[in-house]
Amino acid sequence: MRFRKDNNSEIMEGDLTPMIDVTFLLIAFFMVLINFTEVDRAEEILLPKSRLAIPPTVRPDYQIILNLDVDGIVKFGGQQFDQIDFLDSALEREKSAAQIENVQPRDISVIIRSHQDTPTGLVQKLINKCQQVGLENFSLRVKEKINY
Amino acid sequence: MKIRSTEDHNVKLHMTAMIDIVFQLLVFFIMTFKIVEMEGDFNVRMPLAAKESTSIEDVLPDLITVKLKVGAEGKIAGIDVDNGVDGDSYFDNDMYSRLTDFVEKTIDTEGDPSEAIETEIEFDIDYDLKYSYTVLAIESVSGKIVDGKVKKLIEKIKFKDNSEQSE
Repeated sequence: MRFRKDNNSEIMEGDLTPMIDVTFLLIAFFMVLINFTEVDRAEEILLPKSRLAIPPTVRPDYQIILNLDVDGIVKFGGQQFDQIDFLDSALEREKSAAQIENVQPRDISVIIRSHQDTPTGLVQKLINKCQQVGLENFSLRVKEKINY
Repeated sequence: MKIRSTEDHNVKLHMTAMIDIVFQLLVFFIMTFKIVEMEGDFNVRMPLAAKESTSIEDVLPDLITVKLKVGAEGKIAGIDVDNGVDGDSYFDNDMYSRLTDFVEKTIDTEGDPSEAIETEIEFDIDYDLKYSYTVLAIESVSGKIVDGKVKKLIEKIKFKDNSEQSE
């Protein structure tokens, strides 16, 4: 029996267009959803939950995000401060930076992200420290509790 | 001179490199994707420390003081409320809902709605009370959910300075 020799050198190619279309759609989807603002969030801080807290719709002109953990360690602007008392220079620096942008200290929004088990006294101490440099507009950040 | 005709040549794009990159991008975005729960804020009005020497009662038309007392392991033991006319203490499991009722009753008795807006809450919180209990109390005085809608109660909240209590 004689077999026919397959000399057909043509490469078999499927139509890749739909796959590439879908892949690009997926990339676009993930690119839109990626959240780079998380650099300000300390992941280890477990926020208390609340049903009434509404996510802010307008971003303040100038905001400072202070992450406070159970032991009173503050994470702020990529730095770690072992005690609240060490925050003075960093807060003064932020105040100066805000004034360059014509934002007064009283208009700076201080967002406090405190762990749910942190003693409230430490939160108050952090607020006092901010007050000492002229900040007075505070927001206590909590996780939104959704009612199903 | 012989000119080679190019008409018969099929121009083929090499898709392999592009697909490689595209898949790498896709894998990157899938791996870094994380569903983040939404976060919200409670705004706290905190005047500067230097201004605290003035009597609050002289400035504010109405003030409700709420004392949160700490128990074992940083848990809440009880709540004392006082609006200048009436006062009460709560120790049971539904102390937060009773706090909401007290605030609502105080606002309702104001009569004039504009005065209710001016009503302010001052929290006097024990140093060691866990923050989550404080947030629950703030939530209780901020509003309540009635038929799926939020009824706002008091927006002006401040803390009495107890940060030196443990020292």
